[in-house]
Amino acid sequence: MKEELIIAGFGGQGVLSMGKILAYSGVMQDYEVSWMPSYGPEMRGGTANVTVMISDQPISSPISHDYDTAIILNQQSMDKFEERVKPGGVLIYDTNGIVRHPVRKDISIYTIDATAEAARRGNSRLFNTMILGGYLKVRPVVSLENVFKGLEKSLPERAHKSLPANQEAVRIGMELIREYVPE
Amino acid sequence: MEEVKLMKGNEVVAEAAVRSGCDGYFGYPITPQTEIIETLMEMRPWETTGMVVVQAESETASINMVYGGAASGKRVMTSSSSPGISLMAEGLSYLAGAELPCVVVNVSRGGPGLGTIQPSQSDYFQATKAAGHGDFHLIVLAPNSVQEMYDFVFDGFDLAFKYRNPVMILTDGLIGQMMEKVVLNRQRPRMTDEYIAEHYGDWALTGKKGRKYNIVTSLELDPQVQEERNHRLQAKYAAVKANEVRYETRLCDDADYVIVAYGCSSRICAKVIEMAREDGYKVGMLRPITLYPFPTEALKALKSHVKGFLAVELSTGQMVEDVRLSVGSDVLVEHYGRYGGMVHSPSEVYDALKEKIINKLK
Repeated sequence: MKEELIIAGFGGQGVLSMGKILAYSGVMQDYEVSWMPSYGPEMRGGTANVTVMISDQPISSPISHDYDTAIILNQQSMDKFEERVKPGGVLIYDTNGIVRHPVRKDISIYTIDATAEAARRGNSRLFNTMILGGYLKVRPVVSLENVFKGLEKSLPERAHKSLPANQEAVRIGMELIREYVPE
Repeated sequence: MEEVKLMKGNEVVAEAAVRSGCDGYFGYPITPQTEIIETLMEMRPWETTGMVVVQAESETASINMVYGGAASGKRVMTSSSSPGISLMAEGLSYLAGAELPCVVVNVSRGGPGLGTIQPSQSDYFQATKAAGHGDFHLIVLAPNSVQEMYDFVFDGFDLAFKYRNPVMILTDGLIGQMMEKVVLNRQRPRMTDEYIAEHYGDWALTGKKGRKYNIVTSLELDPQVQEERNHRLQAKYAAVKANEVRYETRLCDDADYVIVAYGCSSRICAKVIEMAREDGYKVGMLRPITLYPFPTEALKALKSHVKGFLAVELSTGQMVEDVRLSVGSDVLVEHYGRYGGMVHSPSEVYDALKEKIINKLK
């Protein structure tokens, strides 16, 4: 098993923490993991991305040029990373703010309207765990049990009161994800 | 069983400092290594082990605080990134001249000048050849994983005290910022004053208590005496070269071509070897773990069957000079690397390997 994943969006969307939850879930499942962020000015609101690798073998390079899966959360990231999904790979995106939809025919494409759903529920902070849930529905690389453990490990103690809401958001995300049908 | 944690390389340096019995950390924030001092401040080790953590007013102040702590026989360290390390150059030379132990971490970034904040390996010359003025060397360790970021703080203090010489951990923004599994498996207490007096009392400023006084200085007005000092330093570096070379080889036994890479580049190149072997090319890798002393003999030995070497580093070509010095001019040695904060991908390195080495030797 080897999954090379990029999560890309705006700084502040929880891109890095989504990656951390997933990486920690991999640790809980006894997999090898790496988490490599783009960092710096991105932390203050530009584009941010993180490469997460999960494998049952030791991970050689923590960076890659193309990915098994890309989770794309803004237009800039779509422009940059659509072409870097491996043939046969998976692209997941939130349609919010996307003006140019993906065109690749050789990959599986899914949409998840997590921005809208989180806003509808009045808690935009659950956005990233919804996306995570959608991803896990399509790519069940780690068990839900270990994702919940990873969630607990990666959230600081003071945020543990929000664990149940985040677990629920993962489940909502699993329901929310749709196969993309071009218009 | 020891707990497996997921941590950044920088955070782990802070954990290692406290757990390795460090007495004092003195530093000044700079991306991409600020998590080191941030984590130390969050850990508040002054309340547990008694370790001192000081945010100094500058890098210059930091390295001179290190000088003071080291002069009293304490385990002390600092960290910075490329431009900040340049500001420490004078202090590093004084520490080496006064033969004081310390650990300095350089989480390097793209240069020259203030440069970028992304990963780079363009401080190789500075670390291994000219960290400051005068004839001296740092012992330089190059971790390529988060676990080694932990282990090398311990090893760094051991080497620093064994040779009474500053040790640099030369890493980069990639290893510093990435998270991986790590086991915080080693721990030791701080040294007691009695221990320091007993083991380092012949040079450290421990309070003279009846013995002859010690003088810690790098100043000498008599050139004959200073030449003698340099003899002593050179003898020390010779011992370091003879005893402390560390490296790792991967698939070198049957290799036609060998990549030489350290730190984050060695991780990227590990993937390149997998790709090349799948295509039937016999490619191996030698990873220097100590950059000073450099694994010269190990590289020379590979000449018996290796047709070409590719030095891969995030620079315009620095370590490649040591590779050439090691293997000589009668075998093909080339360099490849992105720089300025750009990081080469495995496929870029593989293309370069084919173009610069494999296809040339076909």
